Amino acid sequence: MTIHFVVHDEGDSVGVVVVEGLTAGTPLTGWIMDQDKMIEFQARNDIPIGHKLAIRSIAKGDTIIKYGIDIGRAVADIGPGEHAHVHNVKTKRW
Amino acid sequence: MGIDLKGASFEGWRRENGRMGVRNHVIILPVDDLSNAACEAVAHNIKGCMAIPHAYGRLQFGYDLELHFRTLIGTGSNPNVAGVVVIGIEPGWAGKIAEGIAATGKPVEFFGIEQHGDINTIARASRAAYRMVKHASKLKKTKAPVVDLWVSTKCGESDTTSGLASCPTNGNAFDKLWENGNTLVFGETTELTGGEHLVAARCRTPEIRAQFQAMFDRYQRVVEANKTSDLSESQPTKGNIEGGLTTIEEKALGNIQKIGKRCVVDGVLDKAEAPTHSGLWFMDSSSAAAEMVTLCAASGYAVHFFPTGQGNVIGNPIVPVIKITANPRTQRTMSEHIDVDVTGLLQKRMNMDDAGEALLDCMLRTADGELTAAELLGHREFSLTRIYESA
Repeated sequence: MTIHFVVHDEGDSVGVVVVEGLTAGTPLTGWIMDQDKMIEFQARNDIPIGHKLAIRSIAKGDTIIKYGIDIGRAVADIGPGEHAHVHNVKTKRW
Repeated sequence: MGIDLKGASFEGWRRENGRMGVRNHVIILPVDDLSNAACEAVAHNIKGCMAIPHAYGRLQFGYDLELHFRTLIGTGSNPNVAGVVVIGIEPGWAGKIAEGIAATGKPVEFFGIEQHGDINTIARASRAAYRMVKHASKLKKTKAPVVDLWVSTKCGESDTTSGLASCPTNGNAFDKLWENGNTLVFGETTELTGGEHLVAARCRTPEIRAQFQAMFDRYQRVVEANKTSDLSESQPTKGNIEGGLTTIEEKALGNIQKIGKRCVVDGVLDKAEAPTHSGLWFMDSSSAAAEMVTLCAASGYAVHFFPTGQGNVIGNPIVPVIKITANPRTQRTMSEHIDVDVTGLLQKRMNMDDAGEALLDCMLRTADGELTAAELLGHREFSLTRIYESA
């Protein structure tokens, strides 16, 4: 079995793609590390290795949670399975 | 079966001051940019020694100059160094650096170029280097317990796999070394932004917490005072963003995994300052890879752990840098730079304890003399931290 994405904590809003060449529409197997649970998902965009996908609906202005902690804010709506990166997520610091 | 760190040992060189080194370098150390050519000529003449050229050392003043001296003295004093030849454009500052290094008891000689010229200086310094390499080559290795090994860490070209796996691997090993009583250090002040509260909460005492917070706040003020943008292309870097890291907070949370789950921050260090007791230290430092590793080496650390995501290629002239990756693309495309492959963590083929053990096993082999990827590829990045412009 291939793990396509990994999530730190089940409360997180995003997971990380850990395989190369992931394309939109691919059925995905994800591993939630802290709770050691598996989840099924579908990619809505082509997502490069190391990049994040939303694992829930995120509205513009929402806080993005990873490691169970605030890593920034959404600057656009992000649907489940969509690529979450610098085009739709920004820092709350500098 | 895990490695029994209490029972394990390594073979290195016990220096005059009691510190254990894992390499036996003779270095030709320039005080300033002007002396690089003479140092490189000496290193060419005498086999078995190494010049460490750098860009600075003239017209620095105040704290910036103090840091320059401390870094060069610390580099020469590192236990991986058996002996040092110092060359400066003039003998005053060369003598000051030599005197600082001589406090360790190791052989050191210094030379000034003015009133002699390069050719005469190179001849005299080459004879000194000849004697020193001869001396170093006669030194015997001795067995030492793992607790005598000082280990530093800093990650680089990080991506999301760093926070998921390679930094936690480092953390697993650091937890075990910390419980073993080793002397450890981490730093990268601005790269804790977004997770600074987590580090503050790990400080042993309120005094240490206040010292850490003061260092963190000072660095934030530097960023605030000098930034011309939101730093979104500097921190995270272009490489980080390519690797999937989006914000400084996300990068910081991955970075902090390097100090594990159980380590406590036992003290704070200024840049290139030597720790005064065992435990985990925080050093107020740049997050630029070569600068930070250079500072760790100048503080006296003998082995460095370097988790990487996108594939940083860094090494150091005197300290073996052990690189760890969990990114399968990096392992596929640039495996010659990687010492510890923990890609199995992301496919559940390896657990975190196995990964930490693999790193500790590599550390012991490296301490015994096995060359790292960076040593084999000739990476000797030596970057001095500057605080402000010259006078």
